[in-house]
Order: sequence, then structure tokens, then C-alpha cells
Amino acid sequence: MVLDFVNCFNSFFLAQILGQAIGQTGLVLDFGKIVPNIPFILQGIGITLAFTLVSALIGFAWGTILSIFKISNIRPLKWFADFYTSIFRGTPLILQLAIIYFSTPQLIGYAIPPFQAGVITFSLNSAAYSSETIRGGILAVDKGQREAAMTLGVAYPLMMWDIILPQAFKNILPALVNESIALLKDSSLVSTVGALDLMRRGQIVASEKFIYFEPLIFVGLIYYLMVMSLTWVAQGFERRMRRSD
Amino acid sequence: MIRTEFLCKSFGKLDVLKDISTEIKKGEVVAIIGPSGGGKSTFLRCLNLLEFPTRGRVYIDNIDITTGKIDIKKVRQNMGMVFQHFNLFPHKTALENVTYGPIKVKKTPKVEADQLGKDLLSKVGLAEKAEAYPSRLSGGQKQRVAIARALAMQPEIMLFDEPTSALDPEMVKEVLDVIKGLARSGMTMAIVTHEMGFAREVANRILFLEGGRLAEDAPPDIFFTKPNSERACQFLEKVL
Repeated sequence: MVLDFVNCFNSFFLAQILGQAIGQTGLVLDFGKIVPNIPFILQGIGITLAFTLVSALIGFAWGTILSIFKISNIRPLKWFADFYTSIFRGTPLILQLAIIYFSTPQLIGYAIPPFQAGVITFSLNSAAYSSETIRGGILAVDKGQREAAMTLGVAYPLMMWDIILPQAFKNILPALVNESIALLKDSSLVSTVGALDLMRRGQIVASEKFIYFEPLIFVGLIYYLMVMSLTWVAQGFERRMRRSD
Repeated sequence: MIRTEFLCKSFGKLDVLKDISTEIKKGEVVAIIGPSGGGKSTFLRCLNLLEFPTRGRVYIDNIDITTGKIDIKKVRQNMGMVFQHFNLFPHKTALENVTYGPIKVKKTPKVEADQLGKDLLSKVGLAEKAEAYPSRLSGGQKQRVAIARALAMQPEIMLFDEPTSALDPEMVKEVLDVIKGLARSGMTMAIVTHEMGFAREVANRILFLEGGRLAEDAPPDIFFTKPNSERACQFLEKVL
């Protein structure tokens, strides 16, 4: 009885949504309807980009530190970094975001604004992934480089900073770009905590006008173009680096 | 200047060095030769603790460096090392490779270090390559830059680990000439090499390592004409 009701309700709801777009003659898109809202949506680009950039930079710095923990001889640091990575890779990103945004205020008595909650979550999460990449990059640097630095009497931190890391980063640049692309797309998850990013703005327009395809496709196109530009920038970077070889 | 006492090194169950006791005096040029796997490189790498000895002692200027209490970085600054595969820093120019140690470790002012670096590069015949990246240099040129880099720390001892083994034949001479020049200037040197003619010409002493043991320790004239051990005879028959 109850199930019947639910089914009935569902099909009614679906028909409502589809009916808007499909009508009698199939899918008809009318982007004209969202033209007045385009400036509002475009403002989300800045927020999405700022969000991605800040999270990528913090995540990269923290990931580098974690990767150095992972290769260090100091056991507790290694354990910490491995455990940290397993937690952030082993749970869904959206759950981590929810915990930081909704749950931590309970603990610390301070409501974190959505943007900051997002940056914190994504930095912490991205660091876990990039620390593995960076660790691989460090290990791939020829051990002769390390020995050459050691025989000059160079101290470990300086050797890492001047000799090993620059070579490691060069090797893993493509992987780091992939990480940034993933971050750019995953940033749309902050819409779930109410940050006014590109995704959220698309949803707002959709629910205001009760049209879904047009604003969401428009937002999708912007994401696609941003990812493509990032890929081109990365390819240009790589070409320039290759030339020095 | 360098003295080893009962130096042993094992990698797991493999004993690479067995009770090596010897001494390298100031100004001496010692060539370390012997068959592959005989422990030559490991012995050399134990002298600046790139490999830490399993047992035994290494003394530099009568100071035991294996106690763990010595700042090994300071010891290494005084012992230049040249590797088989050069190990130049690929993201730095020839000059930056040479000046890196003085600037970052000895805190020499950059202007002064650049001057020193240029002097050293011209000493190894590469003044015009100062701004070149290692990828633009030939093997022989790379190795000469690597020698200049080691010399830039103004070490009292130079260690060479098969400096010509990775070079094309026509580039061997240019590197050996630089090392010969250093020998003439009175630098204390330990050289692991397969170049017998070179060893005979520049070394004051030959250490013959075989199966992890110091099988022979003799001046080149004696070693190359009438070696004591059976193994040295066999080895020389094959390589000469």
C-alpha cells in the first residue's frame, strides 16, 4: 500500500521534471530562458577557481611534508603519514566535508564558513593523494644525486629542497596536474554546504526557474572549458621543461 | 691521513669487505684495482661513510669517524668524491654545479664562489661551458665538471670511483689528464680504476682487492712486474 503510494508519487514527480524539458516533441533546450541569470552563474567561476587554487597549493605543501615523513627513518612520523593517508583515501570526500562543516562546530563551538570548511577539507584530502605521488617522485630521483650532495657535505633539508624536490616535481608534474583537475571538479561538492560556487549557482537558477537542463548544461560546459584550459597550460609547461633536457 | 683498521662490510649475508687494514698517506696517490665484485667501490665508499662499515674503524687525520659522534658532513667536505656516473645536478648549469657546495655549505659569497668556479672550470678546460646544462655536455665534459665540483670544496683528499668506466673510449684521456694534473699537484687521492696503464703511471701504490680481501699492497713497479699473490698474477694476465 505504502509502496504503491511511493511509486505513484515518484512517477508523478519524474513526469513533472521530464515534462518540462521533453514536452510533446522531445528534448527542447531553450538557453534563452537563462540569459538573465548568466552573470550570476559566471560569478561562480571566480569562487570555484579560488577554491581550487587555494586547496591545491595548501594540499601540495602539506602533501610534500607528508611525503617526507613517509620516506623518513623516524618511525612515528612514517606511521602518522601512512595512517593519515589511509583515512583520507578510505572515506568519501563528501563525508569528510560534512564532518568538517557540520560536526566540528559542535566540537569547537565555532561555525566554519562554507568556503573555509571546503578549503580545509580539500587541502587535507588532496594532501593525502599528492603525498603518494610526491613520494614516488622523490624515490624516482637517481640515488647518485643524493650521494653527490652528501659528499659535498650538504645537510638533509637543504639537499631535499635544492636537489631532490626540484627533480621530483619535474617528474611528477603531469600527475600533479591531474590532481588539480580532480580537485577542480570535486570542488563542486562544496555546493552541498552552501558555498556559492559554480555548481551551486547552477542549481539555484534551476530551482528558481524550474528548468534543469539549461543551467546545468551551461555549468557543465564551463567546468569542461576550465579543465581543458588547465590541460593546455600543463602541456605547455611540459613542453618547456622538456626543452631543457 | 686515511687509515682503516679491520674494515668489514656486509650486505645481508654477503661479506663484501673482510678485514681491510691499510693507510693512505698525505700526498699519496693510491690506485685500487681488482676484479669486479672484489669490493673496490665499497671500500672507497666506506672511506667517506657513504657505506657505513659493519665492523672496523676508519681514521681520518687520526680521528675515528665511525664512532657516530663525529659530524660526518664536516669530514665529507674535506673529501671530494667523483662518481662513475658523474651525478651532476641536471637542473643546474655547469657553473652552478661547481659553486653549489661553496655557496650553500661553506657560505662563500656568490661573487667569490663564481670566480672560484670559473677558475676551476678553466682548469679542467671547460671555461666556455660554464652556462651549459649537463644534458648539453659530453660524458668526458660532465666528468670534468664533476671533478671541478669536488675540487670547489677545496678538499684535502679526492676519491674517484671508476671515473672513466662510463665514458666512450675517446673521452677517457681528457678525464685521465685532469686527474694526472691533480696527482702532480700533490693531492692525496684514492682511485678505483680499470685503466691499468694509468694506475701504473700515476699511482704511488696499488691496492689489489679480490674477494673482499686486500690481496696485495705494493708500489706499481713491483705489482705489475712480480706480484706476490696467485690471484694478482691471473688478474694481470687477463687485463694486460
